[in-house]
Amino acid sequence: MPVIKDAVCSLCGSLCDDITVTVEDNKITKIENACILGHSKFVGMFEHDRIETPMIRKDGELVSVSYEEAIEAAAKILVSSRRTLSYGWCSTSCEAISGAIQLAEETGSIIDSTANVCHGPSALAAQEKGSPSASLGEIKNRADVIVFWGCNPVHAHPRHMSRYSSFSKGFFTEKGRKARTMAVIDVRKTDTAKLADKYVEIEQGSDLLLVTALRSIVNGHEDVIPETVAGVPKAEIIELAETLKNAKFACIFFGMGVTQSRSKYKNGDAMSSLISDLNQHTKAVMIGMRGHYNVTGFGQVATWETGFPMAIDFAKGYPYYNPGETGANDLLVREEPDAAIIAAADAGAHFPQKAVRHLARIPVIQIDPYANPTTELADVVIPSAIVGIEAEGTAYRMDAISLHMKKLIDSKFKTDEEIVKDLTEKVRELKRGA
Amino acid sequence: MSEILIKNASVCDPAQGINCETMDICVRDGKIVDSVSGNAKVIDAEGRLTMAGGFDGHTHSAGKINVGRFINPNDARKNLVPGLSGQVARTEKTRAQVGYNTPNTYAIGYRYAKLGYTTICEAAIPLLAARHTHEEFKEIPILDKMGLSLFGSNWQVMEYIRDKEPEKLAAYIAWGLKASRGYGVKIVNPGGGEAWGWGKNVSGLYDPVPNFDVTPEEILMGLAEANERLQLPHSVHVHCNNLGKPGNYATTIETMKLFEKVKPSRDRQSLHVTHVQFNAYAGTSWRDFETGAPMVSDYINGANHLTFDLGQVIFGPAVTMTADGPVEYANSRMLHEKWSNQDIELEDASGVVPLFYSPKSFVNAVQWAIGLELALLVKDPWKIMFTTDSPNGGSFVNYPEAFTYLMSAKRREEVISGFSKMALDRMVLPGIDRELDFYELAVMTRGTQSKIYSRPEKGNLKAGSDADIAIYDILPGQIDPATEYQKVKKAFSGAAYTLKDGVVVVKDGEIEATPKGRIYWVNAKVPENIDSTMQKDLDFKFKKYYTVSKSNYMVEDMYLENPVEIGTEGVF
Repeated sequence: MPVIKDAVCSLCGSLCDDITVTVEDNKITKIENACILGHSKFVGMFEHDRIETPMIRKDGELVSVSYEEAIEAAAKILVSSRRTLSYGWCSTSCEAISGAIQLAEETGSIIDSTANVCHGPSALAAQEKGSPSASLGEIKNRADVIVFWGCNPVHAHPRHMSRYSSFSKGFFTEKGRKARTMAVIDVRKTDTAKLADKYVEIEQGSDLLLVTALRSIVNGHEDVIPETVAGVPKAEIIELAETLKNAKFACIFFGMGVTQSRSKYKNGDAMSSLISDLNQHTKAVMIGMRGHYNVTGFGQVATWETGFPMAIDFAKGYPYYNPGETGANDLLVREEPDAAIIAAADAGAHFPQKAVRHLARIPVIQIDPYANPTTELADVVIPSAIVGIEAEGTAYRMDAISLHMKKLIDSKFKTDEEIVKDLTEKVRELKRGA
Repeated sequence: MSEILIKNASVCDPAQGINCETMDICVRDGKIVDSVSGNAKVIDAEGRLTMAGGFDGHTHSAGKINVGRFINPNDARKNLVPGLSGQVARTEKTRAQVGYNTPNTYAIGYRYAKLGYTTICEAAIPLLAARHTHEEFKEIPILDKMGLSLFGSNWQVMEYIRDKEPEKLAAYIAWGLKASRGYGVKIVNPGGGEAWGWGKNVSGLYDPVPNFDVTPEEILMGLAEANERLQLPHSVHVHCNNLGKPGNYATTIETMKLFEKVKPSRDRQSLHVTHVQFNAYAGTSWRDFETGAPMVSDYINGANHLTFDLGQVIFGPAVTMTADGPVEYANSRMLHEKWSNQDIELEDASGVVPLFYSPKSFVNAVQWAIGLELALLVKDPWKIMFTTDSPNGGSFVNYPEAFTYLMSAKRREEVISGFSKMALDRMVLPGIDRELDFYELAVMTRGTQSKIYSRPEKGNLKAGSDADIAIYDILPGQIDPATEYQKVKKAFSGAAYTLKDGVVVVKDGEIEATPKGRIYWVNAKVPENIDSTMQKDLDFKFKKYYTVSKSNYMVEDMYLENPVEIGTEGVF
C-alpha cells in the first residue's frame, strides 16, 4: 500500500506541499493534512464531472471519438484560423504552459491566462511601481502585522493562515497569532474578518482612496485627510497607519477585491507605493493572493519565454503585449477571434455575457479534465489527466516559489503536456501538407 | 564521427601563449584534437581572428532576471543594438525574441552565441528558488550554463559560524550546492540580507548581523574556509559590503586583505570580487563622489590571491538586479524608480530596480570611467574578467562596444569629450593611454574564466578542450583597433562563425543551429557522519521555519538538461 509523503496540493495558490496520500489499487483512499478543498480534489469529489472521452460536436451533439481524431479536428481548426485565442492554462503544469506558448507562437495566436479576470491588474501595477514582496516563510518567521485586503483566505485559501500567515509560528514569531496583529479590510465582514483584531469596512470600490489616505498619514500629511475616507473614520485610518508604521515587519495580502474593483491596477500601484513608503519606517512587503494553483506559473513561464506575463499576441511572429487590447476579453468583446482554445480554465462560466456569446459563435477547442460550462460551447473536447494527481509537473506558489508536483495514480488520460505536443505536431504536419 | 578542419585561422589563445598565429584547428566529435582525417569538413577562416568560445563568468540570465522582465515590459521593444536587441519574429530555426536588458530566454542564447560566447555563469541562485533558475536554463539554447548559489545571509551558515562548527558548515554548503545544483559559493553583502529582513543593513565588515551574533568578516572567513575544505572548483565569489556607496573602496580593499590569509586548496585564486566598479568609489557622499579605482588597482597589482570582474557601465537604460536588498531599496528611493523586492526565507534578500546611465550625469560618467580604469590600471589581465554584470551595468549585447573602450584611447576620448568638467575632475581615465590588444582581450573574456572556474576544457583551444570556437571577421595585423574601432565592434557583434561542441551555431552573424547546452554543478563529498549530524539540524529548520518540505526543496534531476556533475573531495 503505497503512502506518498510531501505531495503538493494542486488546488489553490497556497500550493501546500505536506500532503500525505495513501493509494490502494490506483485509488486515493486516504489524505492527510489537506484542507477541505484540497481533500475534495484528491479524493476525487469531482470524479463525476470528468470528461470521459475525447469528443467532437457533430450535428450539435458532442460525440465520443479517439484522441487522434480529436487532435486532428483541433489542429484543422487551428490551421484554418486567422486569429486564434488561446486562453486559460492556469490549472496545469508549467511544462504544459510552455508547450501552449510554443503552439501559440507557431500558429500566430494570442495567448492569455486567467489573470485576465483576476490578478492581471496586479501585473500592471507591478509594471508601474514594482512588486515589493517576499517568500511566504518571511511572513511566517517575521511578520507581526498582517493585513488581508479584499481577500478571504478562510474560504479561498483555507490553510494559508495556519501555514504561512496569521496563526503560523516561526523563528521570530514563536507566539504565533498571540503576538500578531491581524487586520482585514473588506466591503463585508467575511469569516476571515471575524478572526481579525481589526476589521476595516470600506465602501465598495473605494480602495484607492483608502490606500492614498494611508500613504498621506505614513508620509506625515495627516492634516490633509478628511473626516471620513472610503466610509472609514479618520481616527480609524490613523490607527491603521500607525499599526503598519510601528510594525517590526508588515505584510499586506491583497485579493481580487482589490484588483477587480474600481480603479483596478491603480489600487495595486498605490499599494506598492504604500509599501515603499512604509519601508522608510519599518519592513513591509505585499503578496497577491493568487487563486488557481499555477496562475503564478503561467506568468513566470510566459515572462521568460516571451517577455510578458499575459495577453501575448504572436500575430507578427514576435510577442506583442498590450492588455486592454490583447487580453482575452478585449478580443472576444471586439468579436475578433475566429477560433479559441480554452484549457485548464472555464471561460464559459467566468467571462462576461458578450464574450461568451462570441465564443459560442466560433469553433472552440476545450482541453480540461472536467466538464464545465465551456464544454457546452466547445466543438472539440479533449480530456486530460489531472496534474498533481495523475500527472507530474511544475507549479508556482503565490510567492513565486516553484515546486514539483508528483504523479500519485495512473490514468487513462493524456496529460496536458502530451496533448499540446501532439497538437503542435499535427499542426506542423497539416501546414507542411498545405 | 564528425570532423572539422578550421584552416588558416589567426589563433589567439592565451592559455597556450598563442598570439594571433596562423594555424589550423582540428575538431572531432565536439572536442579539439591534434589532427583530423581527410574526410573532415573544412572551414576556411581566411586568416581571421579565432578564439575559444567566450565565457561570461558573471551575468544575470536566469531567475531574478524574470522579475526584471516582468516589471519592465517596455524593455521588450528596446532595440538599441540592432541585430542583438528588440523584437525579432520567429524563423524556422529560432524562436521569437524580445528585449534588450532583459531578453527572453531564447534571445539570451542566440545573442550570446552571436557574440561568440558559448558559456555563461548565472551569478546568483537563491537555494529555495533554484528550481526556477534551472527551468529558465532549460530554455536558454546553445550555451553551457552554471550558477552560483547564495550563502551570505543564510541562517544555517551564520549559526554554524557563530557556534564554531566548520565541518558542519562545509557539509551544509555541499548540501546546498547539491540542493540548488549550483557550481559555487556566492556571497552578497554578507549579513546585509538578513539585516534587510528587518529593513536594515550592515555598514561594514565588523558590524554585527542582527540576532545572529556574527559579523560580515566572520561570514566571509567561515565560508572561505568551507569553500577550501570542500576543494570547490571556484573560490568564494564576493559582492562586497557597502556596494554603491561613496567611500566604499576602503571596505573593498579591507575585504580583499582579509583573504590574504586564506590558502586556496586548488590552483586558483582564493577570492573573486565581483563587479568592482560598484565597489571602487571614493568621496564621502554623492556630492564629492570620485573614483577609487587607483587605490583598488594599486592593491590588486600587489596581490596574488584574487581575481575580479568589472561591472562596466554602458550608457543608456539598464536594469539593476541583486541579492543586495537594501541597496535596491535605496536606489529606488533615490531615483524615484519602481522597486521590486523578493526576500527568501532563512536565506537571502533581493531587489530589482531599472535605471538609466547618462553621460550627462557626473556620477554616471565617473562610474563608466571606473570600470575602464580598473581594467587598464591593473597590469595583469589574468586577474580580470570582463563583465557588465549584465544587465546591472548594461546589457551583455554591448560587450563589443565596451571592447572598443578597452582597445582604443581615441574611442575613449570621443566619449570623454562629452563629459562635464566636474566629471573629468573626479576620474583618472583621461590620463591613461594603455590600449589592450586581442591577446589581453582574449584573457579577460576567456582565459581568466577557464582558470578561475577550474574548467580547463573551456576558454582555450588546447587539444582535448571543448570545440567551442569563435571566428571573427578581423584580420589581425591588418587592422589597428586603436583607430579602426568601429570595425572591431562590428566584427565582435556578429561572429563569422561560432562553433559549440563542434557544431556551427552561428554563421555570418546569423543563427545556424540551436543545440542544447550543458549544466555544470558541483557535488562535494562530505564524510557521512558529519553529513548526518548536519542533516539533523537541517530537519529541524525545515520542520520549524521553512514553508516547503525538505524533500521538495531539492532540485530534481529532470530539471537539468545535459547535466555535468563535478565531484570534489573534501578535506575533513
